[in-house]
Amino acid sequence: MSAGVPPHVRLANEIAAQFAHRSPTDAATAVATHMNAVWDPRMKQALIAHVESGAEDLDPIAALAAKQLAAK
Amino acid sequence: MTLLKEPDFGTPERPGEATVELTIDGIAVTVPPGTSVMRAAKQAGVDVPKLCATDNLEAFGSCRLCVVEIDGVRGTPASCTTPVSPGMSVRTQNERLGKLRRGVMELYISDHPLDCLTCSANGDCELQDMAGVTGLREVRYGSGVEAGANHLDLPTDSSNPYFDFEASKCIACSRCVRACDEVQGTFALTIEGRGFDSKVAAGAGVSFMESDCVSCGACVQACPTATLQEKSVVELGMPTRSVITTCAYCGVGCSFKAEMRGDELVRMVPYKNGGANEGHSCVKGRFAFGYASHPDRVLEPMVRDTIADEWRKVSWDEAISFTARRLREIQAQYGPGSIGAITSSRTTNEEVYAVQKMVRAVFGNNNVDTCARVCHSPTGYGLKQTFGESAGTQDFKSVEEADVILVIGANPTDAHPVFASRMKQRLRQGAKLIVVDPRRIDLVRSPHIEAAHHLRLAPGTNVAIINAIAHVVVTENLVDRAFVADRCEDFETWEAFIAQPEHSPEAVADISGVPAEEIRAAARLYATGGNGAIYYGLGVTEHSQGSTMVMGMANLAMATGNIGRPGVGVNPMRGQNNVQGSCDMGSFPHELPGYRHVSDDGVREVYEKLWGTPLLNEPGLRIPNMFDASIEGSFRGLFVQGEDIAQSDPNTQHVFAALGALDLLVVQDLFINETAKFAHVLLPGTSFLEKDGTFTNAERRINRVRPIMAPETGKQEWEIVCEIAQAMGYPMHYDSASQIMDEIAQTTPTFMGVSFKKLDEVGSIQWPCNVDFPNGMPIMHEEEFTRGKGRFMETVYVPTTERSTRKFPLILTTGRILSQYNVGAQTRRTANVAWHPEDILEMHPHDAEVRGIEDGDQVALSSRVGRTELRAKLSDRMPVGVCYTTFHHPVTGANVITTDNSDWATNCPEYKVTAVQVDLLPGRVDSQAEREPVVAGGNR
Repeated sequence: MSAGVPPHVRLANEIAAQFAHRSPTDAATAVATHMNAVWDPRMKQALIAHVESGAEDLDPIAALAAKQLAAK
Repeated sequence: MTLLKEPDFGTPERPGEATVELTIDGIAVTVPPGTSVMRAAKQAGVDVPKLCATDNLEAFGSCRLCVVEIDGVRGTPASCTTPVSPGMSVRTQNERLGKLRRGVMELYISDHPLDCLTCSANGDCELQDMAGVTGLREVRYGSGVEAGANHLDLPTDSSNPYFDFEASKCIACSRCVRACDEVQGTFALTIEGRGFDSKVAAGAGVSFMESDCVSCGACVQACPTATLQEKSVVELGMPTRSVITTCAYCGVGCSFKAEMRGDELVRMVPYKNGGANEGHSCVKGRFAFGYASHPDRVLEPMVRDTIADEWRKVSWDEAISFTARRLREIQAQYGPGSIGAITSSRTTNEEVYAVQKMVRAVFGNNNVDTCARVCHSPTGYGLKQTFGESAGTQDFKSVEEADVILVIGANPTDAHPVFASRMKQRLRQGAKLIVVDPRRIDLVRSPHIEAAHHLRLAPGTNVAIINAIAHVVVTENLVDRAFVADRCEDFETWEAFIAQPEHSPEAVADISGVPAEEIRAAARLYATGGNGAIYYGLGVTEHSQGSTMVMGMANLAMATGNIGRPGVGVNPMRGQNNVQGSCDMGSFPHELPGYRHVSDDGVREVYEKLWGTPLLNEPGLRIPNMFDASIEGSFRGLFVQGEDIAQSDPNTQHVFAALGALDLLVVQDLFINETAKFAHVLLPGTSFLEKDGTFTNAERRINRVRPIMAPETGKQEWEIVCEIAQAMGYPMHYDSASQIMDEIAQTTPTFMGVSFKKLDEVGSIQWPCNVDFPNGMPIMHEEEFTRGKGRFMETVYVPTTERSTRKFPLILTTGRILSQYNVGAQTRRTANVAWHPEDILEMHPHDAEVRGIEDGDQVALSSRVGRTELRAKLSDRMPVGVCYTTFHHPVTGANVITTDNSDWATNCPEYKVTAVQVDLLPGRVDSQAEREPVVAGGNR
């Protein structure tokens, strides 16, 4: 756990780590699919907002996944 | 012994076709080979007198009451130890046999107190029965003292809180000893002495309480006299009626006869026809039911405006209207998604279904979750991904055909004791055992059982180990390629992944601490030893990669063809009695009943039509997300059904902050638990003795829970939920729990054929129960997987971020013990506190020594999120660097220590890995007697 990191960011990073062995696009799609399946909309919105705010504490795969969520 | 008797055939049933024909007292009967003459006689309707025989124990042949005559056979053989043979002609009654039996009875009675009229077993004593059956009219030797040497002055051992051992009444039939050995597998009892001096003893010169006895009650049940008798029977008298119901504790879901005297529960006796337990029990289910009538129970609704206020007892109408009004006010101010509910695995399927319906149809969101979130949610995820169904694959009986049993992250003798006994029976028959656990659990080495391999891995390295086992299977050509080709998909990708050198035992040895050769040997045994069965518990799921590990085990089972027949499978040991059921009933925020995603338009349409309201197609908040959203401010109202999240959920400070931030917390529970301290409404709940409904156990077995008394609160819990829904403006009404099950069956394909009527007819059903499987499905995935092909999943090992450091150099793992149950709300209010009055920190002697800690010292346990104090116990059951405690007592608050790390897929907390430090507290108390015991819940 990283102290001070918002929960949705921490969770997104943890999910991204599970798919890090795949290509970035595949991994991001898997992460976004997982989030769509089990995340409450407000968590997804918070993650999207976090990325859009320019925060840099998000795993690149998670950031890419957030962009996929935003584009949906 | 049990008053309300089920048929006793005297010796166990033998498998196989009935091919042996014989006659008994002129009656023809056909039975399987190996059947005893006694059992065949019973089958023919002939009761042969007996004392030392009972049909859950192998024949012993000691009492000689069951002697018979057989044509062509010399003498009078014991019918219990004599197997049938074709054409055998048996006589069970004639003058000669009668005389022999009376002679035996004379000897028994000559050394037995003749206090039948005042004896606690009067009317329920097999010795008394046999005196009548054999026509005993006189005892030539006299009786009692006048007969000479006797055992009548032997003392009574009352040390056990639940039963007495009145040695003077013992007839030395050895049924108790054999029950302890054969049924329970503890081997605590013995026959001490020889000949006339023979007597039952609980170990060498110690009382029952001091012995290895685990108080399962098997000996009490087996005793044919009043020698081993429940204290409740001694106190209250013999029960007069019986109701068959289901235990309220672990996921084994044992069937019991609640034996009543009027409206008073006298004792719980395990039900022989119970599919899950087949007549066995543990100390919790058998004896620890007193909490249901404990004075701490809340029986009237209470409300308060703020948690600083005193509770105010109110009418049901006021409590319900208060709740409904406040919930609607919150939604009006903060939006429909600002409220939600948590269902319980200690409530019935019908009660859970009602709550999730209230959330979806009345609250208008999917913010419903269940306590399975913090235990087996990774099971649901992992097995659904690989097999297509969120449930274990086998029935419990399947273990009888297992050849290699792989126990991973489970401690069945403590947490699932009745199933553990069954497993141990199979192990004593010769099945091989592999244990994967940091702790040396009892199964590793106990009487007549020794694990072939104990992979003592470092906490948090499960996935690395399961990958290494699979690596051996793949690289040593141990794959069942025919099974894989026929039944599975994505194998080639997985095979290439798992064959990578990073997954080899040699690579994993450094990570896990398990020698490579030990991993290889275990893998070879599992893959080649015959039927391989995996049983696992929270040591698998409660990790940051819990779901990955479940998929890893599924991969291994598929790769070796260990799926789809008796003796194999992947079997979650569910923590609470209705974990499976609460998940089945749509408690997860992304799934409607039957594990169907909320985004599935067709499924939603079924409910929308029936419930007359549109349903949301997006997942709701899971429990940890609810906590986060509460602190953040978007989640303001919570209904908690029968769970004590303030004690059970990790990172207590975080949970307290979340609960404290709510505008409305409604708790439905038996007691004012830790969570209720943050509540504004307390809705008194019903105990399992008052509930009418069903529980679904770890083998998907739906069992009836039958009320033995009316609800002490005046209402069933589902009625309260319906009334809240109605007060919120939604017409939700059922006439009975049976009607709720009918709605479940109407809307959930896997429950299509289930009804109370059918359950009452057949006893229990293992879902799926539908047109194709009208009586359920004990073994899943026999012809094909639920999802069609079993899917191999890549399981990359990602180490947890929770690491030991210089500041927190040890790893804490938590669990439970035999006598207590979860947060202890039930068991702390029973005499079970005699065994476990406080939570203890187990640590390795080396870790203790370097800290100056001795056995029994009070220590401070701290992690980066919290600190508590408890007593240390030194034990090499723990590896160096790892310590262990339970979470049964709120005074300890073990979850003050655990963090909010969680499984990546399901948010299931990582209870099993917390970096900690342990420090000796000043003021060592050297005498055990000087210590203040922790006050049990009942006296709080």
